[in-house]
Amino acid sequence: MKTRIPVLTAFLLGLFMWMAYFVDKDAETGVTWVRVFYEELNQNNIVIAVFTLYLGVMTLLLRHAKKIRDKRDGRFFSLVVILSALGMVAIGLFMTGDAGLGENIRFQWAFDYLQVPLSATMFSLLAFFVASAAYRAFRARSPEATLMLVAAALVMLARVPLGAAIHEALPEWGDWIMDIPNLAGKRAITMGVGLGMTATAIKIVFGIERTYMGSGGK
Amino acid sequence: MIPLLLAAPSWFMGDRLGAFVASLFFTVAIFGALTMARKGAQFYIRHIPGLDAVEEAIGRATEMGKAILYCPGLSSAADVATLASLNILGRVAQKVASYESRLIVPHRDPIVMTVARETLKDAYLQAGKPEVLNTEDNFFITEDQFGYTAAVNGIIVREKPATIFLQGMFYAESLLLAETGNAIGAIQIAGTDAVVQLPFFIAACDYTLIGEELYAAGAYLSKDPALLSSLKASDLVKGVLWLMIVVGAGLGMGGSGLMVGIFG
Repeated sequence: MKTRIPVLTAFLLGLFMWMAYFVDKDAETGVTWVRVFYEELNQNNIVIAVFTLYLGVMTLLLRHAKKIRDKRDGRFFSLVVILSALGMVAIGLFMTGDAGLGENIRFQWAFDYLQVPLSATMFSLLAFFVASAAYRAFRARSPEATLMLVAAALVMLARVPLGAAIHEALPEWGDWIMDIPNLAGKRAITMGVGLGMTATAIKIVFGIERTYMGSGGK
Repeated sequence: MIPLLLAAPSWFMGDRLGAFVASLFFTVAIFGALTMARKGAQFYIRHIPGLDAVEEAIGRATEMGKAILYCPGLSSAADVATLASLNILGRVAQKVASYESRLIVPHRDPIVMTVARETLKDAYLQAGKPEVLNTEDNFFITEDQFGYTAAVNGIIVREKPATIFLQGMFYAESLLLAETGNAIGAIQIAGTDAVVQLPFFIAACDYTLIGEELYAAGAYLSKDPALLSSLKASDLVKGVLWLMIVVGAGLGMGGSGLMVGIFG
């Protein structure tokens, strides 16, 4: 019973969502009950997300609180996490001033001048990591790696004015590499992904694959 | 006289006929292969080095006395890639449990965290080691993309896991995570269906599951004939697609628009 009901629910809802994809859901010409139920299901996802978000935040806070209580290494960072999380909640709930809901200037300030720069800092690190990864990837250790090095060098040169200055046909060669062999490889991967995704969805809907729901494939 | 017209809802969207037929064919193919597997048919599945290395990677972490980090991607549970990742997590967790190693699973999505908790509980139970599971190591961090990345990179630098699994859907943070793992010398097994992120994983990780290999991983690791049969069904559909591409290209070059008419 522990797995039968979830498997049956996944089967019925999966079958409905599959059917709904092929049924016209237009407000004027479509089938009304299919559209209504389809939209209802999609909105229920948001309701579930709200409850699990509460669960998620609680596990985060309790985990870090326990780390501080047990005086474990890195407890200072745990303190920063708790104070930051609760601080943002406090600003959002209690420091609203005269502003209405959604117009909290202090909360927006904290978001714009703390959260956004911190995210931007992490993102900008990518430039350095791309350089170090590219250095490793472009070492000509094998014929395949050499081929990739040559292709990458051609494409990079083709994208800058220097490439056209070296040889006028270089931009065209770069485009050819991107549009023919590169695109063929990308499409092959995309088709494989589509098939794998469909196969996984079918296995889940028909209850062949149940590992994700903790039934160990029984 | 004006004729009486009765409006009726349109049940079927004609422009999706191709997808309808293809999905039915795929479903029949999967059940055909499943029936064959249940009758004892043996299927050949090519070796996937990244998955063959899972056991060795977990064993290495155990020998070194270090943790294993499993990152299930940044997408939601509605993404099939995340479900495929959770399937892999189940198989990996069984092996980790049998070695009694530590498994750290940080999450960006609280729903995925909740599902993963059940997956882990069952995996440890299946391995006969439910007491080894530390539910505190399966935790939510934040829904912010780079906040999550910063936290996971912090865990990598502080805990120095010997093995890192990056399986699921990843975005711009893929290289940030993989390069940090590479810098501490961890064995990294990545897998994603995000075509744009694949080069980053290939450059920074020891093994990378490319596209459909991510979806095949759960079946491959389980060695369950019922699950492996779906891979054979995928191969069959792939063969049909290949044939249609060749015929379509031939017809197109001959000036016929038949295939475009059917699927266009």
